[in-house]
Amino acid sequence: MDATLSIDELWVSFANRAGAIDAVSCVSLRIAPSECVGIVGESGSGKTQLFLAAMGLLAANAQVKGRISFEGNELTDSAARNRVRGSRFTMIFQDPLTSLTPHLTIGTQLAEVLVQHLRMPWRDARSSAGRMLERVRVPEPRRRLGQYPHELSGGMRQRVMLAMALLCEPSLVVADEPTTALDVTIQAQIIELLRAVRAEFGMALALISHDLAVVAGLADRILVMYAGRIVEDAPAGDLFRKPRHPYTAELLKCLPSLSGPRFARLPTLAGQPPRPGEKLEACAFAPRCPRAADRCRSERPELKGSSAAQVACHFPLSA
Amino acid sequence: MSRLADDAVRRLRANPAAVLALFVMTGIIVVTVFGAWLNPNNGQALDWLHLAARPSLAKAHWFGTDRLGRDLFVRTLAGTRVSIAIGLVASAISLIVGVGYGAVAGYLGGRTDHLMMRIIEILSGLPLIFFVIFLTVIFGRSETLLFISIGAVGWLTMARIVRGQTMSIRQQEFIAAAIASGASTGRIIFRHVIPNLIGPVVVYATLTVPQIILFESFLSFLGLGIQEPGASLGTLIAEGVGEMEAAPWILLMPGGFLAVLLLCLNIFGDGLRDALDVKEA
Repeated sequence: MDATLSIDELWVSFANRAGAIDAVSCVSLRIAPSECVGIVGESGSGKTQLFLAAMGLLAANAQVKGRISFEGNELTDSAARNRVRGSRFTMIFQDPLTSLTPHLTIGTQLAEVLVQHLRMPWRDARSSAGRMLERVRVPEPRRRLGQYPHELSGGMRQRVMLAMALLCEPSLVVADEPTTALDVTIQAQIIELLRAVRAEFGMALALISHDLAVVAGLADRILVMYAGRIVEDAPAGDLFRKPRHPYTAELLKCLPSLSGPRFARLPTLAGQPPRPGEKLEACAFAPRCPRAADRCRSERPELKGSSAAQVACHFPLSA
Repeated sequence: MSRLADDAVRRLRANPAAVLALFVMTGIIVVTVFGAWLNPNNGQALDWLHLAARPSLAKAHWFGTDRLGRDLFVRTLAGTRVSIAIGLVASAISLIVGVGYGAVAGYLGGRTDHLMMRIIEILSGLPLIFFVIFLTVIFGRSETLLFISIGAVGWLTMARIVRGQTMSIRQQEFIAAAIASGASTGRIIFRHVIPNLIGPVVVYATLTVPQIILFESFLSFLGLGIQEPGASLGTLIAEGVGEMEAAPWILLMPGGFLAVLLLCLNIFGDGLRDALDVKEA
């Protein structure tokens, strides 16, 4: 069976006055039907740009190299992308407060998607929109249709975004930091909702987050990105139990523990990620890595391993 | 959409200054259209007995007469009519052409934007007066020509303002979300971008009308616009300035009409902007 999304050796770089800055370097990944993949990394690690490239939403000065195919069809030009974007392949964004057009009612914005993709008459589209709001547990869905985005709370708006993404029964939803702009209790509700929706709709989900805890409960498989590359790819359980890349291990140590001493300093990862645009011939993580050896500073480790678990490290932690 | 309109009307009603302004403006328009029938004078005939006469109800020259003895009431109404018409035509052109052009340039950006903006710069760089004289020489003097030449320049600034606003709106997440949901470029420009521009567009449009009225009087003063025996507020005021010391009403009557009209336009425009903002609950 074809992968839902398959990306081969994707490079994304941004041209500026000083030259080109690589945001994503040689990333390959495959998302199987109805699989949930978590993509974890710190700011600037390229996790969002990777999916914006697949969506064709990159900034104008971006250059993309590599192959992206969706359900077996290569997304080479905008025509191919337009066929799936918003219907089979959808995305929800980090900030639900700014992702809805302020002067259109919720009902209009949702119905527009159905009218656009399924050529549905407006009246039917509106009632489908209402039913979809109900399915993402928006209270009083009928009334919401006539309301403007600013009349809803943040969590409710994120539900609306999710409803919009689900309207055409997509096979892949990309959720880019869907909970980052929300407070912790709402965050938990949205995660719970994503889990329920995935069970109900059976679509694949790519969950992008800087927060391992958000990804932990949902993802079948986790990709860890650092400085534009995938450094580790492993089933979620394995990754948490026995991380193989030192970066993953350090990240896991940074998760505050509920059982440890109460007033202990939170562990942090020393140093800074490489500056964007820095050309790296070696392992990008070497300067911050406790296990770094001479080899790490001269030769870049390739991502290798079985198809189930891969790691890009010369000296991985033992499996 | 209808809820947006209902809400806007409701919010506008709740704003007494805007309602008053609308009321006064409507009054002025009604008077300019029908008022001349109330007065026995026709605005062209010369009343030799009352040259530059004071306003008086008894002599039926309610606003007085000008230097040639023509009734100022009828002439002021005729002038207001012309000025309002020019203001409306120019605003309509700047709304339709300027907003569309600016939004397309700002949204598409890149080379298209460059080209479109250079065209605007070339047009605004043309010495307008020579342009109008040139047209006048070719086509002869007419009001239509005046409308065309004013319309030709009125939209340039609007296009620039709209382009700037569009560029900032384009960066917002809801545009990315709209693209991600599969909306076409045209749809995004007309459904998601332009309605967000209402604030600056309405305000600028209400500011355009006075500018255009002043510009028209400037052209008329140079002999390129409305000519005797026709009148616009601009020509009447220019005439009145010459007689300011001896017969101040010749200036004050059309001047007062212009001032009231512009004040009402500004207040109403302000109210309209607030009313159309969906976030004003």
